[in-house]
Amino acid sequence: MATLKYRPLNLGRWIVWGGTALVMIVLPLMFTEGFTLTLLSQIGVGIIFALSYNMLLGQGGMLSFGHAVYSGLGAYFTVHALNLISKGAFYFPVTLTPLIGGLAGTVFGVVFGYVTTKKSGTTFAMISLGIGEMVFACSLMFADFFGGEAGISTNRVIGKAFLGITYGPSIQVYYLIVGWVLVCMAAMFAWTQTPLGRMANAVRDNPERAEFVGYDTHMVRFLTLVLSGFFAGIAGGLSCINYEIVTAENVGAVRSGGVLLATFIGGAGFFFGPVIGTIVFFTMVTAVGAITQAWLFYLGILFLIMVLYAPGGFASLILMHVPVLKARLMRRLWLPYAAALATGLVLLAGLVSVVEITYHYSLEASTAPAMALFGFEFNVTDAMPWAVATGLFAGGFIISRFAWSAVGRAWDDIIHVMQKQSP
Amino acid sequence: MSTAIELKGVTKSFGNTAIIRGVDLAVARGERHAIIGPNGAGKSTLFNLISGRYPVSGGDILLNGESVTGLKPFEINRRGLSRSFQVTNIFQRMSVFENIRCAVLWSLGYKYSFWHRLGGLKDANLRAEEVMESIGLKRRRDTLAGVLSYAEQRALEIGVTIAGGAGVILLDEPTAGMSRSETADAVELIRKVSQGKTLIMVEHDMGVVFDLADRISVLVYGEIIACDAPQNIRGNQAVQEAYLGTEAAA
Repeated sequence: MATLKYRPLNLGRWIVWGGTALVMIVLPLMFTEGFTLTLLSQIGVGIIFALSYNMLLGQGGMLSFGHAVYSGLGAYFTVHALNLISKGAFYFPVTLTPLIGGLAGTVFGVVFGYVTTKKSGTTFAMISLGIGEMVFACSLMFADFFGGEAGISTNRVIGKAFLGITYGPSIQVYYLIVGWVLVCMAAMFAWTQTPLGRMANAVRDNPERAEFVGYDTHMVRFLTLVLSGFFAGIAGGLSCINYEIVTAENVGAVRSGGVLLATFIGGAGFFFGPVIGTIVFFTMVTAVGAITQAWLFYLGILFLIMVLYAPGGFASLILMHVPVLKARLMRRLWLPYAAALATGLVLLAGLVSVVEITYHYSLEASTAPAMALFGFEFNVTDAMPWAVATGLFAGGFIISRFAWSAVGRAWDDIIHVMQKQSP
Repeated sequence: MSTAIELKGVTKSFGNTAIIRGVDLAVARGERHAIIGPNGAGKSTLFNLISGRYPVSGGDILLNGESVTGLKPFEINRRGLSRSFQVTNIFQRMSVFENIRCAVLWSLGYKYSFWHRLGGLKDANLRAEEVMESIGLKRRRDTLAGVLSYAEQRALEIGVTIAGGAGVILLDEPTAGMSRSETADAVELIRKVSQGKTLIMVEHDMGVVFDLADRISVLVYGEIIACDAPQNIRGNQAVQEAYLGTEAAA
């Protein structure tokens, strides 16, 4: 019956989940630099945060501009808890302190959520923005709790070591994060398969009908937000352990905007979308940010391209190939894709050149006109680099258009063939 | 207690415009009752008042002897009244099966549960399969509701309405826009699913009305001008003038 039908999918599910766990466990063994570990830890915390955000945006249809409130307040409560534990005020294992963050997220979800979830759509978005600003203002007003500009610092290495685990070395913190990521991810996925999770979809798609099958849409949205606040709080608690400091930034609008960006880039319509989005987002922020000052510009361009050409996010781009794979038609795509990739790289090189030269010119031209890019050294005050960069960009743009129309034709063919195959 | 639905002096105005101007109506338990009337008579508005979509301006509505006036749609639904819509109102992005399962969850007591796994809810899944069977959409089980044909969507609309097992069912123009053969199927479906329940329907197709209804109320300009068995309505002079006459002439 019902369950039989999903058996083949379940196998795929095991592969995806097992693979995810394996990758997370193995990655730091392959890349041992401290930089990678920092990035991976950041991604881990980000994944929980983005998935909790997607309970609202993807599953519940609630566009929130203030989700950092729940993770940030969770982080603040965790930091105070850690400080109290180290003073000996009470005993609590560090491993479980993210639960304190989760509890704080839940409580504030109850308090703020009751108001925000009364309405959906634009009203919800505006109220969430207002509450975000309000909490951020509070963080600068109540310095005792929020620590003002400096924030509140803590020390995660407290209590006796358990099996050699002190959470001193960052690799131990990384694996703590991995453990929480797996548990939270499984829990949030399980939630999508519960009556409340399904009714959150129903309320997202057609709130009026949901009311006429017995559901109070306010209550569905409210409970969804409270649960989402719980997981956001856990993410906050983990970030507190990871950085050993919590500042007003943790509840700020930049954090709230970042999680929206990451979720959208990854694909809000799919459970795994925010996971992909978080990986892309933090790679852009941290890895690209370490190389160039223009990282935010590139992130903005990526966001723009995704909104315009792939509103379903990376997840939809990946999943649209599943039927093609099943129909064994992928070979029709390889050539156009290779062409699109090659021309795309030219376009990207052109874009990067223009952007980097412009940044260098506007920021450092007077003091250090010399710069290096792609192994070439040149002066940004000369005309030549500008001409080459612009030429590369324009040329890349033109050949890319040809390559993309080839991709489009290949897809038209494939859809045509697949329609013939299935009456 | 044999009255399923009772309206006492129900009125509804939008601004200065009175749409429903004092409706008294009692529908017995197990009765199939049709409401007919010309366009703009207030038939759909009356449904919206009974089901709690709009608040009444005056009067009282009783469901199984208890007042439901001023209650929200979900509260009225939980007391055993379910309705369909004139314009198909289903969960377009969900499969047929998911649509119906959403409609049975509350009545089976799962409410806002986030500790039950949907796949493991034997009663809900069984009930959803049964409803799909009865509305003839079993082979469309995993099709998204949004891509069903019009007649199939109308059948699903009825399925979602009856799935929760409500004792009182309101159907708003269930056969509107259907072909003759589709209408005949819909009539059989309605007859089947309303077995042992109280049915109130708004319908334009006189064939459907005279075929299904035990009693008919004629609503003209927000007032019920006649309420009687079909054969008596057919012979009623006032109804002829106000409604059936124009229909026959058209």
